[in-house]
Amino acid sequence: MAEEQTIQTELIAKFPFLTDKVRVTRVRRIWAEVPAEKIAEVFDHAVKKMGFSILCAITGLDQGATLGAIYHLARESGVTLHLATSVPKEAPILATVTGYFPAADAYERELNDLFGMQVQGLPPGSRYPLPDDWPQGQYPLRKDWNVEMLEHHKPPGEMKHA
Amino acid sequence: MHESHDVKVPIGPQHPALKEPESFLVTLNGEKITQLGVRLGYNHRGIEKACEERTYVQDVYLVERICGICSHSHATCFVQAVEEIAALDVPRRAKYIRSLIGELERIHSHLLWLGVAGHEIGFDTLLMYTWRDREVVMDLLAEITGNRVNYGMNTLGGVRRDISPEQKQAVLKGIDALEERTKYYIGIATEETTILKRLSGVGVISHDDTIRLGVVGPTARASGVERDIRRDDPYAAYDELSFKVITTNTNDVFGRAVVRLLELMESYSMVRQLVNNLPDGPIAVKAPRKIPAGDAFSRYEAPRGEDAHYVKANGTDKPERVKVRAPTLANVQAVAHMLKERYLADLPIVVAAIDPCFSCTDRLLAVVDPHETGSGVITWGQLHSYSIEWYRRRGVDFSRLNETFRAGKDNG
Repeated sequence: MAEEQTIQTELIAKFPFLTDKVRVTRVRRIWAEVPAEKIAEVFDHAVKKMGFSILCAITGLDQGATLGAIYHLARESGVTLHLATSVPKEAPILATVTGYFPAADAYERELNDLFGMQVQGLPPGSRYPLPDDWPQGQYPLRKDWNVEMLEHHKPPGEMKHA
Repeated sequence: MHESHDVKVPIGPQHPALKEPESFLVTLNGEKITQLGVRLGYNHRGIEKACEERTYVQDVYLVERICGICSHSHATCFVQAVEEIAALDVPRRAKYIRSLIGELERIHSHLLWLGVAGHEIGFDTLLMYTWRDREVVMDLLAEITGNRVNYGMNTLGGVRRDISPEQKQAVLKGIDALEERTKYYIGIATEETTILKRLSGVGVISHDDTIRLGVVGPTARASGVERDIRRDDPYAAYDELSFKVITTNTNDVFGRAVVRLLELMESYSMVRQLVNNLPDGPIAVKAPRKIPAGDAFSRYEAPRGEDAHYVKANGTDKPERVKVRAPTLANVQAVAHMLKERYLADLPIVVAAIDPCFSCTDRLLAVVDPHETGSGVITWGQLHSYSIEWYRRRGVDFSRLNETFRAGKDNG
């Protein structure tokens, strides 16, 4: 796992705050926990300087007091780097990565629709994946959301059986 | 004289049978597409949320139903992530059987695609032939797994059914027949000038734009992007197989057809290797009901491109989070790029060429003319006929080919 260890060493050397925050879990899998204020800088370095030129996906997470995002990046060699960050739930703000990866558009709209993540700098466009009349402020992949909450928004008295 | 003005054509959105229905809003100037807007999400079923409310074993069957064609792809991608978290040592025989079903699934998917592509350009005899041949592999899948689709082969720790010596023989026999047929289709696709005229230079996306837009699978490989998860990030038995990653650099729909046809040949070779070298031993190890806390990221080369699953476990029998990125989501955004400044008549085949399971049914098209009060509604079928007629008037006509092939000049 020489390639993985080189990447781990390079990340820590470039970003000392990542000491003890980079894990190599198996061949081709490297995970790093990055503070929110540094994620843009680490992401930029990984993409532009370390050859992580593929964005496989972005995962959103409800972690209780915080919302998480994991950027799943990959190299042509097959090695993947997973940059995880957390932002407070009351102000869940991330910067868009569509400048690096235009395809992130759909992934970031998903973060917005399903978790209520505010992604700054997203180009204008239709929402994804929820319908246009989805009630505001309801984020279905948050842990406190369930389908009954959706029904409270239906007009009262409609379709009710005695 | 009419003033030139833009006409907006909404296409889609949905049919419940589809994995990812899309809605396209086509802006036309005359017959040329000036802008293409894509609206996704019409069939969002909340599967990721549903996974959190079910046990890992139930989720294997749930994720298998994300797609009706790449069902084994999703199930394998999911169990691999869970097995990694639980540190399960999946037996080699199980890994071989997973790859075998995976390649049979790819063969069924690529043959299905070839038929759909034939239909979209008006070469319906090709559709009839390829879908007849596809029955061979569907029968093999049903024989081995009990099902034509949604095979239910995977479980946490391995596979649920073993393969008998008789089944191995049946697979080898079926593959021999399909290989002969595929050679014949490769000949047709690369030598018939009508096909070349219809597919060459259509739906073009350059190598650089393919990388920039994150395109995956055969669509990317047809623009010279040599990426394949089976080789780059091997899983199941792929690190023990010998195969080529097929690419072309024609960057068009023709290239996407060639890549899929040649990938079929690679799949036949892989199936033979898997069957002939199938290791002895158990087909599964016992998985715990509760999965220890941890997370993992799994990648899989589905017939349409990279499928990715992220799973996070919290120590219970239900996952904390399951995230799925299916290949069509990576590819559909490139369609707008491929169709810009192209004719409306190319829309059906260009959309079909990313293989989004989009064209297999009638779809609604509403033609909205912003400058007039009236608006009309036409169907996907009518757009299909328009496209074929548009090309026929320009000398690209499949009637003769359809006739000759039906008349039995074909030796299949």
